[in-house]
Amino acid sequence: MATPTTTAPGGKTNRLGLGVQSYRGGKSTLCAGCGHNAISERIIDAFFEMGIDPQRVIKMSGIGCSSKSPAYFMGGSHGFNSVHGRMPSVATGALLANRQLIAIGVTGDGDTGAIGIGQFVHLMRRNLPIIYVLEDNGCYGLTKGQFSPTADIGSTLKNGVVNDLPPIDTCALAIQLGATFVARSFSGDKKQLLAILKAALSHRGTCMIDVISPCVTFNDHDGSTKSYSYVKDHDEPLGDIAFVPFFEDIDIDYEAGTTKAVTMHDGSTLLLHKLERDYDPTDKVGSLTVLHAMGMKGELPTGILYVEQERPHFLDLLNTVDEPLASLPVGRVRPPKAVLDEIMEGLR
Amino acid sequence: MPTPEPVLTGRLDPSGTGRIVNDFSIQVATVNGSGSQTANLVLLRSIFQMGVPVSGKNLFPSNIAGLPTWYTVRANRHGYIGRKKEVDILVAMNAETAREDVLALGAGAVVVYDDWLDLQSLRDDLIFYPVPFDRVAAPAVTDSRLRRLARNMVYDGVLSWLLGIDLDEMRHALRRQLARKPKALAMNLAALEAGFAFAGESLTKRDPFAVEPMNATAGMIMMDGNAAAALGCLMAGVTVVAWYPITPSSSLCETLIGYLRKYRMDPVSGKATFAVVQAEDEIAALGMVMGAGWAGARAMTATSGPGISLMAEFSGLGYFVELPGVIVDVQRAGPSTGLPTRTMQGDLASTAWLSHGDTRHVLLLPSSVQEIYEMTNSAFDLAEQLQTPVFVMSDLDLGMNMWMSPPFPYPDTLPVRGKLLTAEKLQELGSWGRYRDVDGDGIPYRTVPGDGLPAYFARGSGHNEQALYSERQGDWVRNMDRLARKFETARALVPPPEVSLDPEAHVGVIAFGTSHWGTVESRDQLRREHGIATSYLRLRAYPFTPALAAFIQRHDRVYVIEQNRDGQMLALMRAELDAPLIAKLRSVRHYDGLPLDARTITDDVLRQEGVTAAAPVAAGIASGGQ
Repeated sequence: MATPTTTAPGGKTNRLGLGVQSYRGGKSTLCAGCGHNAISERIIDAFFEMGIDPQRVIKMSGIGCSSKSPAYFMGGSHGFNSVHGRMPSVATGALLANRQLIAIGVTGDGDTGAIGIGQFVHLMRRNLPIIYVLEDNGCYGLTKGQFSPTADIGSTLKNGVVNDLPPIDTCALAIQLGATFVARSFSGDKKQLLAILKAALSHRGTCMIDVISPCVTFNDHDGSTKSYSYVKDHDEPLGDIAFVPFFEDIDIDYEAGTTKAVTMHDGSTLLLHKLERDYDPTDKVGSLTVLHAMGMKGELPTGILYVEQERPHFLDLLNTVDEPLASLPVGRVRPPKAVLDEIMEGLR
Repeated sequence: MPTPEPVLTGRLDPSGTGRIVNDFSIQVATVNGSGSQTANLVLLRSIFQMGVPVSGKNLFPSNIAGLPTWYTVRANRHGYIGRKKEVDILVAMNAETAREDVLALGAGAVVVYDDWLDLQSLRDDLIFYPVPFDRVAAPAVTDSRLRRLARNMVYDGVLSWLLGIDLDEMRHALRRQLARKPKALAMNLAALEAGFAFAGESLTKRDPFAVEPMNATAGMIMMDGNAAAALGCLMAGVTVVAWYPITPSSSLCETLIGYLRKYRMDPVSGKATFAVVQAEDEIAALGMVMGAGWAGARAMTATSGPGISLMAEFSGLGYFVELPGVIVDVQRAGPSTGLPTRTMQGDLASTAWLSHGDTRHVLLLPSSVQEIYEMTNSAFDLAEQLQTPVFVMSDLDLGMNMWMSPPFPYPDTLPVRGKLLTAEKLQELGSWGRYRDVDGDGIPYRTVPGDGLPAYFARGSGHNEQALYSERQGDWVRNMDRLARKFETARALVPPPEVSLDPEAHVGVIAFGTSHWGTVESRDQLRREHGIATSYLRLRAYPFTPALAAFIQRHDRVYVIEQNRDGQMLALMRAELDAPLIAKLRSVRHYDGLPLDARTITDDVLRQEGVTAAAPVAAGIASGGQ
C-alpha cells in the first residue's frame, strides 16, 4: 500500500488519497520544450486521476531521449532503463514474474522502429498488458539528429539531407500484429492524450500509443514533418474522446448514432464521438484502410485508432496463478520428494 | 566367398581365454532419419540392465534425414564411460560410409553388415558377419514401408546372439521404449527375434567379444544431461523460463516444459505456477530472464554458443544492474554456425568475460548428469545470492548423450533468495541504497517491484549507491570496485574443485566438464602402461578458488585438459595466476567435434613428457617443468 504524502494546502487528492506530488519524478534533463516532457506530465495526470497505486507500477524503457523520461515521473515506482530496443522483453519478464504489476513502457522511434522492431513486433502479437508509449519525433535526438525509421519520405534533416525511404507506420503495424488498443496523439494535445492514457489504464492488453513529440533541437524545422507547426497543421482527430472512469458516478448520456460507447476491462466507459468522417475503431480492416488513405493525403489521423476487448492478453493465455510467481513459497514451486522418486524410477 | 580367418593381433585379451568380456565399443553406422534410435537405445539399455557399465553417444549430422550418423555404445567392466576411440564392433548399415568405416577399423575388429555391401573383400584382418537385413526382416514385417525401420531391430537381434546379450533384456528394453505403441512394438519384437534366429542359424561366432551379467548398475538410472538440467530447474523452483530453440540445448527446455506441465499445476486453481515463453530470439530470451529476475522471480534460459553471443549485451546489463538469472549453455563446436551437432568446450573464455567494459561472470562446470542436476539447482541460489547472471556450462556430449548415474538426491536445502530487503532490515539499516555495500562482501540489498519497500530506478548507465544517475569518477570507480569485490565473494560461494592427490605424483592434470571422463581413464592408462602417477584437480566453477594455485604449486608440471583449440581455460588461469605457477602449465587440447577420449589425452601427455608410447618410464623422471 502506498502511503499518502502531504499535498499542498487545498491540493486535490485522488481516490487513494494521494496528491499529484506522489506521481511526480525527478527533474527532467531533456531540452526545454521537448515534447517528451509534456508527455511525462500527461502520464503523471493520468496515473494520478485514475488513482493508480505507484507501488504497483513499473516504468520500463529502452535507450534514447524518450527512454530517459521514466526517471521524470512517478519517482516512487520501480523503473528500469534497460537496453536499446529491448524494453519489451524486459517488461515481459517482469510481468511474468508478477502479473499484478501495472506496466508502462516508454520508447522512441529509433528504439522501436529500428533496433527494437523485432521485439516491438512480438510484443504486439503477444498482447502483453502494458501501456507502450512511443515518443515519436522522427529522429535520433541523443546521437544528434539522424533520421529514424518513422521519418516521412521527403522530410529533411537540419543540414538539408533528404529522407528517401518511406516511414514505418507503427500504429498500422500494431493493429495488424494484434495489439488490442492502438492510438496516436500529439504531445501538444493535452486533452486528447490524457483521455487516451486514462482509457489505456482501463484496458488489459497491449496499448500502443504513438505520440508525435517534436524534437526542438534537431527536428523542429521547416523540412520536418514532426515539427510543432507541421503537426498542428496536419493533425486530423478522428473523433472526440471522452472517458468516464469506473469509480466516477456520472450518468452517461450520448447520441447513439454519432457516439460509440466502449466498456473497458475495468468497467470504465470510453465514449468516441464521431466528427465528420465515418470511423469505427473496432473495425480492424476498416481502421487500416482509413489510416492508409489519410496517410497518402499527408494527413495525420489522431485519436483511438483501434480497440478490441475480447482477445485475451498474454498472461491470461499463459494461465498463471493469480499471485505473483516471484513470491510463491517453496512448497508451491518445488515438487515433493515423491515426484523426484517417481521420475528416478522411470529412468532405471 | 569364404571369409578369411582374421588376425587378432589388434585386440588385447588379458584373460588369455580368447574372450574379451564387458570391454568393447560398438559403432552403428546408419543414415539419420532411418529410425535407428529405438534400436540403439534398446542395445544400450539391455547391456545396462545386465549390470554392465555402459554409455551411449550419438554422433550425428546437422540434418533431419539422409546424412550419415553413428551411434556408439561402450561397455566397460571397469566403469570407464567416456568415449573409446577404437571401434571394436562396427554395424555397417549405411552404404555411403561403409567402405570408409571399414577401412578405419583396427585389426581384429568385427563388422556386421548388410550382405549386399560386399565389405569382406576390403580387409583380411577383420571378422565379417554378413546379414541379409531385408530378407531377415521380410517375414517379420509384412508392410514394406515399415521394413526399413525394422531392419534396425534385426541388428539388435544379431548382436544379442553374437555378444550374448540376453534377448529377454532386449525385449524388456524394447517394451519400455514402445509401451504406448503396441503395433510398432509387435513389429519390432518380431524383427528382433528374426535377427536373433538368423544369427543362430547362419553365423559362426569367431570374435572374442562378450557380455556377461555384472552387478555394477544396480539401482542406477540412465539419463541425458539436458533432462537432468531440466530436473534441476524444476527442483530449484524455477518460475519463469524464456528460451529460443537451438541445437543442442532445445531438449532441455522441452523436457522442462513437460515436467512443469505435469508437476507444477496448482492443485487448487488448476493454474500454472510457472510461465514459459518461446521468445523471438536469444536476445529477448535473456531480456525476459533479466526482467523476471529484476521483479524477483527465479528465471532461466538455455542456449548454445550462437545464443551466448547474442546474449552478450544483456549479460553485461545483468552484471551491472545486478540481476539474478540462470543461463545453461549447452556448448557446441565452432565459431559461427560451426558444427551444431558436435561437442566442444568452446565458450569458456567468451562467457567468462561476456559483454563489454569490464564484465565477469560466474560459470559452473558440471561433469555428470547428477552434477548438472545439482548445479542447475544451486545456480539459482548463487544467482540470487550474488545478484548476477550465472552460467551453467554444459556441452553436447553431456546434454544430449545417455549417461548412467546414481539416482539424484532430493535437495537438502531450501532455496536461497539472497539479500532481499525486508521491513525489519530496513528498520535496522535506517536507510537503504540499492548499491550500498552494507556487509563488506560487495553484495547490496535489493527490493523488487510490488514488495511495498522503497523503489529504485534500475539503469545500465552509471549510477551511485542510491541507484541515481551519476557520471562522477568517484561514484563510477567505487561501484566498479564493489563489483570486483563481489566477484571475490563469489570465489567462496561457488563449488570448490574436486582434488585427488597422489603423493608420488610430480605431474598434475586439470580437467572439467565432460573432459573428466577421458581424463580419469587416461590417468589409469598413464599409470598402468607407463608408470606415470598423476594428481587430479577437477574444476567445478569459475572464478577459481585458492585450491587451484595450491594444486599447481605442489606439482612440477600440470596439464590443463580441455576441448577447444585455443586453451581457453588455460587462458583464464593465466589471467590471474602468478608467473611461476603459469610456467608449470601445459595444455592438452582436443577439438575435432567428437567427445574427448582417454587415448588422445594419454598420447598427448606422453608426447609432452618426452615419452614414446613404446618406451614406458617410471614415474616422475621425464623432463622437468619449463
